[in-house]
Order: sequence, then C-alpha cells, then structure tokens
Amino acid sequence: MRRRPGSTPGRPGAGRLVALLLVALIGLGGTALAAPAQTSLPEIEDEVMCPICGTLLSLSHAPAAERQRVFIRELIDQGKTKEEIKDALVAEYGGQVLAMPENRGIDTWAYLVPAIGLGLAAVGVVWTVVRWRRRRDGGEGPEPGDDEEPGGDDDRLDRDMARFDL
Amino acid sequence: MAVAVVALLGFLTWGLVKKGDGGLKVGQPVPVATLPTLPPEGEFSIEDYRGQWVLLNIWASWCKPCRAESPALEEFEEKHRGKVAVLGVNTRDLSDDAMKFLREYEIGYPQIRDASGDYADDLKATGVPESLLIDPEGKLAAHYPGPFRDLAGVEDFAAPAFGGEPIERLGS
Repeated sequence: MRRRPGSTPGRPGAGRLVALLLVALIGLGGTALAAPAQTSLPEIEDEVMCPICGTLLSLSHAPAAERQRVFIRELIDQGKTKEEIKDALVAEYGGQVLAMPENRGIDTWAYLVPAIGLGLAAVGVVWTVVRWRRRRDGGEGPEPGDDEEPGGDDDRLDRDMARFDL
Repeated sequence: MAVAVVALLGFLTWGLVKKGDGGLKVGQPVPVATLPTLPPEGEFSIEDYRGQWVLLNIWASWCKPCRAESPALEEFEEKHRGKVAVLGVNTRDLSDDAMKFLREYEIGYPQIRDASGDYADDLKATGVPESLLIDPEGKLAAHYPGPFRDLAGVEDFAAPAFGGEPIERLGS
C-alpha cells in the first residue's frame, strides 16, 4: 500500500478525533464557566440573616424566617443566581440581611480594619524584637575579651607571674 | 495595658446600661424617620402628622397576632377618622406579603415600610404588634406592646386623645 507523502502513519482519523474531542471538551468547559452556577437554599441560608432573630437564617425557624425561605425557594425556582437572590433579599430587608458585609463601599472597612490592625501588630512585634536585641547586644556588659589588657597571652602570663614573684 | 482593660470594662458597662434602657417613656419625643409608603407611591414621616393625635401600629404579615388585631384597628380608624390618625409601620417583612395582608384585611389607613427594622429599633419596639399613641406635639402619650382584642381595646388605649387616661389592661 502506498502512503501519500506527508500523511501520518497508523490510523489516519485518530488525530482528528482527538482534536475534535479536545475542542468539544474546551467548549463544554467554557460553557460551564459562562453559565451561572445553580444555587441551593442551604447555600444561601448560611450567608443571610433571619430578619428578626439576629441569627443565621439556617438556625432559625421563626415565622419570618420561614417566609424568607419561601421567598428564596421561589427565586431559586426562577433560576436566579446566589448573588441575584442576595440582592433581592437586600432590596426587601436592607443590607443587614447579609451575614457578611459586602466587599464594597464602607463595608470594605470591615475587612480592611482587621488587616491593618494585624499589619500594625506585626510591625510592632518586629520593632520590639529588634529593639530588644539591640539593647541586649549593646548594654549587657563587655564582650568576652573586652577587658583584656594589651598584649597576648604570654604578656599576661608574665605580668601575673611577676605579681606572685616573692 | 491597664488603660486598655479600663477602656474595655467601660465599654462593656456602657453597653449594658444602653441595653437596659427600656422603651420610650411617656412624654418623650417619638423618633421620626422618612420612609417609603406601602404600596410604594412616595414617602412620609410621622412628622407630617404633627398637630394631630397619631396611633402608630408596628406590624408584619408573618405575625399572627397582627392579623387578629387588624379588624379592630381598621374599625377604630373608620370610627375616629379626623380625631386620631392611624398609621401602620410594616417592619422586617416581604413587600409582597405585606401588600397581600393589606388587601386581605382591607386596610385603608396609610402605611410606611420599615424594611430593615431600623425604625422599629429607633422606636424601641420589643416585637410585633406594638402600638404607640403620639400626641400633637410628637411626644409619646401611651405605649402598648401586644395585640388589641377589639375596638374597645383600641379606644381604651387611645383614651388620652379623647381627654382620658390610657387604661392599663387593654382588651382583657
């Protein structure tokens, strides 16, 4: 059997099939990334508050909380995303309905203040350690050999011997 | 360090004192807030009613006692219209549920929507339903934390608006 110049050995359709599969997989992945993730009631319950109980919705069975659940379920059935449902809850009950502050506007400070505090504390600890070490190095008394008189060991020995020379 | 501990203790003490503050006292000015109406057609404040007696009723559609007292309040409003203005404050509720409630009980008096519950907190409401009687100067004349059983109960509560004293045991 003669092979055409430039054609690959083995099954001629295999490479094309692999390429097609790869394209299909990439396409599917892209679609999955583009499509909004379907959310669930438990997922939202842990991120919003019951409007009257001051606890997470997931922990409350008050009548107001049950109504809130019905509202959320309806929005899930309509295919709304988690963010859209949370926005709808904020529109109904105000920003306090969110268990975590939103990462925008003045709420950003809820995240920034602890971070700044931690940063300042770390700087304080480092500064204190450096200062303590400097003080220890500089003020703990003379280093070994600081009080040695000039000259080597032989000179010192001679001087000591001379002191005891009766 | 000592300063931080003292500051923390002071902060905790202040918190406890504030918490134990209780509700509004008779004679105190009632806090005002401009809130959207229900249905959403604009906004108003109880300040717009200065110069009149106002019965402010705080309610929510999920509250069963609020349902029970609704006919009495509606009856009171129809009977004493022009003497006492009845205003509803819908708090911590879903707007659709609240609208359904108003239609079901054929409530015609003005309503404001306190979606977040901040205004109810300002009024130091302990729950729903809760009613405040406000004199023409905007000061608290009477306060009732609970549902009215009937028209007579609402009239007893609103007695200061008719020159009387509020009766303690309402609706009993």
